Amino acid sequence: MKNILSIARRELASYFDSPIAYLVVSVYVILSGSLFFSSLFVNGQADMRGFFGVAPLLLLIMVPFLTMRLLAEERAQGTLELLLTMPVTDWQVVLGKFFAVLGLLCVLMLLTFAFPISVAQVGPIDKGATIAAYVGMFLLAGTYAAIGVMASSFTRNQIVAALIALFVGFGFYIVQHVLAPMLPPELGRVATQLSIDGHFESIARGVIDSRDLLYFLTVSGGCLLIAQTSLESRRWR
Amino acid sequence: MTTPIPSGRTMIHVEGLTKSYDGKKPAVDGISFDVHAGEVLGFLGPNGAGKTTTMKMLTTFLAPTSGRAEIAGFDSYEQSLEVRRRVGYLPEDTPLYKDMSVLEYLQFVCDVRDVPTSARSPRLRRAVEQCGLGDRLGALIGELSKGYRQRVGLAQAIIHEPEVLILDEPTSGLDPNQIVDIRQVIKSIGESKTVIFSTHVMQEVQATCSRVLIIADGKIAADSTPDELSRGASGKTEILVEVGGSRGDAEQPRSLMSMIDGIDDIQVLGKEGGGTRFRVVAKSGFDPRGDIARVLSSATDMDLLQLTPERTSLEDVFRKLTTAGSSGDRRGAAPEGVKEGRPS
Repeated sequence: MKNILSIARRELASYFDSPIAYLVVSVYVILSGSLFFSSLFVNGQADMRGFFGVAPLLLLIMVPFLTMRLLAEERAQGTLELLLTMPVTDWQVVLGKFFAVLGLLCVLMLLTFAFPISVAQVGPIDKGATIAAYVGMFLLAGTYAAIGVMASSFTRNQIVAALIALFVGFGFYIVQHVLAPMLPPELGRVATQLSIDGHFESIARGVIDSRDLLYFLTVSGGCLLIAQTSLESRRWR
Repeated sequence: MTTPIPSGRTMIHVEGLTKSYDGKKPAVDGISFDVHAGEVLGFLGPNGAGKTTTMKMLTTFLAPTSGRAEIAGFDSYEQSLEVRRRVGYLPEDTPLYKDMSVLEYLQFVCDVRDVPTSARSPRLRRAVEQCGLGDRLGALIGELSKGYRQRVGLAQAIIHEPEVLILDEPTSGLDPNQIVDIRQVIKSIGESKTVIFSTHVMQEVQATCSRVLIIADGKIAADSTPDELSRGASGKTEILVEVGGSRGDAEQPRSLMSMIDGIDDIQVLGKEGGGTRFRVVAKSGFDPRGDIARVLSSATDMDLLQLTPERTSLEDVFRKLTTAGSSGDRRGAAPEGVKEGRPS
């Protein structure tokens, strides 16, 4: 655990040393904020639906740019070799990287707390639903982060890593938003069960179901496991 | 780990180590050797000979295709974490996190390498002092010169006081002063630890190693001490002599020197600057430098300007062992005096 935290801490510190984290975080806050406030004023309703409607898509697009460097850069710079010859397991490296993004995503979500707080000033807000939606958003962001870590483990090229993560993320997105409506209802439900957004929406309705939790944990865990395997593959290739 | 290791203990045991990438011709082909505590082993070979691949297997980064490597009694594949705890490694080209300061980086290495908190500051201090980093602790690694970066790389490799130190081309790309500094560090570390370092520079081996392993085409071509190796090359010492003086012709000094015992051949290299240069080849076991000096200075119209032993011979060995004509057993081509296995 100590090793995981050491790696995560280093990674997080280096996020704040580079412009990309600031850039992504501010773009995210500004975009989601402006979309949120415009829908707030257009509808004239004190709710968070506008925000939670766009936030997942924005995360899908933004997270790959935070995760792309995690392992790809270490591979390109050769530092991965030094890290992996220290007494840490591949799994600890993967988790350390994952927790670092997760930390950054927490900062990002903390900043958006400004939105529900300002809504609460103008009218009553559904606290339970908002909290549930935030939990859902955290799980969703974590899943995109895990996908990003996985993508970053495949290549030494950061751009390629970002594109792979986007591709996978959009794959899940299309299943929900393009495929599901076209399919017969039974199959459509299955498609929704498979998509990240579907499970987010089900949590955002205010019910934190164990099936949704299980889904997020399975997808994230699976991606991290693939990342670990891809690091480990150097030993059997 | 601070207790001195009884010297002579086998620290590295390599047996039939082989690595082939993607089923191609093996990069490392069934090499075996032992390294004992307190030895500084120079790993010598042309680029692409398999030095780096061997080191990557020793440090557990890569797994051998077949064969095995043991470090301090632990198998590099089965007990990789135990091995990593005991090894300090500096990969080729010194990969470091450029966005960290030297101190931050070394502290990170302490974290990951589980250096106990109580031991941390003395060890940091010692590594920083040994590698001469005292005045650069706050600098960003990305802004350091190559020489300083190399020192940071060395510092991270020794900070946990490993029993075995593996350095891949630690002096490549450095200027002569930096090379001398780094060699000094390696030497001082080598007094108490086992060190393997790779290079393709001959003088480096002569200056730092107690033992040389020449590797070519993934196989061990020679395993010997630097002295033994250079003696084995031709068995002869070559001396560069430069003679000045009023006469300035080559014949007289040549005939004077040819009377000295133990000289095999005298080649006239020609006139250069103030004097005439000769290459004097001595028979094996002879050092005629004293005689040459006496003979030449006894003649009144000649000045001895230079008398330098040439140590190109080790390079000849290297070339002989590592260049073409690779058919058949390389070990058969090893010059006389180069034994297989560890010199006793």
